[in-house]
Amino acid sequence: MSHRILLCLSLFLMVGWGSSCLAHIDTFVFDTPQDEQRFRKLSTELRCLVCQNQNLADSNADLAMDLRQEVYEMIKDGKSDADIIDFMVSRYGDFVLYRPPVKPITYLLWAGPLILLVIGAYALFVFVRHRSKEGVLQSGALDAEEQRRLSTLLEEKAVSTTPDPSTPERKK
Amino acid sequence: MLPEIGNFALILAMTIALAQGVVPMIGAARNIPGWIAFARPAAWTQFVLLVISFGILTHAFVSNDFSVAYVANNSNSALPLMYRISAVWGGHEGSLLLWVLLMGGWSATVGLFSKRLPPEMVARVLAVMGLVAVGFTAFVVFTSNPFERYYPAPMDGRDLNPLLQDIGLIMHPPMLYMGYVGFSVAFAFAIAALLGGRLDAAWARWSRPWTIVAWVFLTLGIALGSWWAYYELGWGGWWFWDPVENASFLPWLTGTALMHSLAVSEKRSTFKSWTVLLAIFAFSLCLLGTFLVRSGVLTSVHAFASDPTRGVFVLLLLGIVVGASLAIYAWRAPQVKSAGNFALLSRETFLLGNNVLLVVATATILLGTLYPLILDALELGKISVGPPYFNAVFVPLMIPLIVILGIGPLSRWKQDEFPRLARMLRSAFLVSIVLGVVIPWLLFGKVELMVVIATAISVWLVYAVLLDVAHRCRHKSSFWKGLTSRPRGFYGMSIAHLGVAVTVIGIAFSSYYSLEKDLRMVPGDQLEVGGYLFHFDGVRESHGPNYTATEGVITVTRNGKPVTTLHTQKRTYTVQQMPMTEAGIDAGLFRDLYVAMGEPLGDGGWAIRIYYKPFIRWIWLGGLFMAFGGILAASDRRYRLMAKRTAPSGADARLAAQES
Repeated sequence: MSHRILLCLSLFLMVGWGSSCLAHIDTFVFDTPQDEQRFRKLSTELRCLVCQNQNLADSNADLAMDLRQEVYEMIKDGKSDADIIDFMVSRYGDFVLYRPPVKPITYLLWAGPLILLVIGAYALFVFVRHRSKEGVLQSGALDAEEQRRLSTLLEEKAVSTTPDPSTPERKK
Repeated sequence: MLPEIGNFALILAMTIALAQGVVPMIGAARNIPGWIAFARPAAWTQFVLLVISFGILTHAFVSNDFSVAYVANNSNSALPLMYRISAVWGGHEGSLLLWVLLMGGWSATVGLFSKRLPPEMVARVLAVMGLVAVGFTAFVVFTSNPFERYYPAPMDGRDLNPLLQDIGLIMHPPMLYMGYVGFSVAFAFAIAALLGGRLDAAWARWSRPWTIVAWVFLTLGIALGSWWAYYELGWGGWWFWDPVENASFLPWLTGTALMHSLAVSEKRSTFKSWTVLLAIFAFSLCLLGTFLVRSGVLTSVHAFASDPTRGVFVLLLLGIVVGASLAIYAWRAPQVKSAGNFALLSRETFLLGNNVLLVVATATILLGTLYPLILDALELGKISVGPPYFNAVFVPLMIPLIVILGIGPLSRWKQDEFPRLARMLRSAFLVSIVLGVVIPWLLFGKVELMVVIATAISVWLVYAVLLDVAHRCRHKSSFWKGLTSRPRGFYGMSIAHLGVAVTVIGIAFSSYYSLEKDLRMVPGDQLEVGGYLFHFDGVRESHGPNYTATEGVITVTRNGKPVTTLHTQKRTYTVQQMPMTEAGIDAGLFRDLYVAMGEPLGDGGWAIRIYYKPFIRWIWLGGLFMAFGGILAASDRRYRLMAKRTAPSGADARLAAQES
């Protein structure tokens, strides 16, 4: 499955989008539906190296067509996904992979989300515990002084004589 | 002559913006009424000047004035009028002019609808917006001037990029920019509140409707962009996690967190300094997005280094905004006291959980977007971070978010009891597990783990929203009375939350159950996909105003009954000689049929792509739900009351100022 909006904004600003990067439709014939599935997955996870940011499946560039042909033939020859990816990386480097390999230089990339989540969860925990201990939940929403000030600022001065209908709603 | 007037108006607008940024700010600090009162007229004048400038550029496009370089580069005399107008923002310079115009529009609107606000608050808000406007107007004037001339003028223009000649792309940038720039209002309110030392519930209530409206525009902008990519680019994709898309998604996520945090700040007068920080982040991410998109850094870090003028300018602007606002935050925020306490199990905790997950998601996407750029800049190697990475890290964060999205509105402020919540949600839990398996199985006959999870959390969410509505209306004398007595804000929230469920279903079903077929067809061939028989009738020639096309005609039948006839085109735009694929789509609530045509293959054969995409419309439908919910919430009675009241007299205002 191919996804792509990329052009959407980049077109505004950037030049150099030639005709080469528009949709292309192949007519490969596969032995099994599994092979076809593999081809789709591989060609969406490999990058077209001459386009700005496009996978092989979506690109109409000559290089992308050649590489799709290559992937197709390797699948026909019974090569595994790992074989095909290794071959592509040995030829073009990690840049060709939309799924960055896990190696020292990408440890931070792959571990980052988890680290962020742990920090966030910890901060949440500390904050909530602090708040729930403090002052045994006495002061509700706004204290009387704040309530009065809010009313003065938001509603007409006449709040004391005609209470605004929206005020009680805040006090749930 | 006219373009020079446009340029002059733009420069004048920049000067007025500078005055709007400085004079009321000093007035508010020193309490000089005349200087405070300067803010509104300055904002209106600035807006009028920008309208003149933008109008003149539009006139240059409409009247085909190719002596203006920007017009010559982005238009052509054969271009239909509608696209000549939208071409105004079809290129870099014009889209930035649109940006400053919209920014001026927001300023003017704030000036108009802030009669109930204390004057020195309005003065500070408009001053902050003025200062941001100075930065952007200067960017247009000094690095991206749309009024520069060609001499001699070329005979005709180079035409608008064919991809942009489309209704989706006419609407998409203004919507997106309205969202981006709208967050400058939330930002300005936050800074003004910090400076004035009035970070209170009233501040939260004032900035809430503005934030919601900005968020609605951003939601619509992103949804439009995604929809456009789907039908226009010819491969049926709707999201690629491209840095340019992420640039719009980051402020959306932070803005979503901000809306929820503002709700707590208003209702419970707590989380206030966190809310301010989110407002600063949301707008900073808008600026970061602008930097990524406008600087060329995405094409290549090195291309950026070779022509850095524009990039450096935006980066400097970003640095000043982030640096100054964080400095003000560090200076003033410690004085804010947050009053409300709450128990571990309370609505506050759920909303904080929502904020943590949204912010972690934002940081994660930011990490994935910037990581390859940073590696490249440090010469540590070139890698690509694409959809496989983002899906792997983003989806697991959204699952718990949607689960607590169901619980949050049902929970009580301050303190809740677990048995109460458990009793209410027990049935929701069981129903969502069962339907999570049954619905996909009934509809598609096969069950995937991710689809089960997605369906289950969507059912959970819908069930919880309905439960919430039922629960809140139960106490009233009659259900109908209860239903009509709830404020709009409540329905806005409920509808927006339903929208999330709708979008999740759309994403899950269309991702896992789409059928895709690429093949060679000669006229007369047919193929069955998803129960539909696609019959290739043949091709014919077709002509548009500025392109020629080969049109493929495919009739679709189901069980022998005609369903539709699809037309797909391969267009060649005459001026740019650029081929374009126009997909033929039969849209439906439960499935899209999508065909696109590729190259001729000889012997009358054509490369044809046929897709069957179930529930794909739901992705954008959910976005519409969210936007509609936002509009309802922003038009809630209590905000309208605020706007309608007349301005307080000067004495009252000063009293209010002293109180703070």
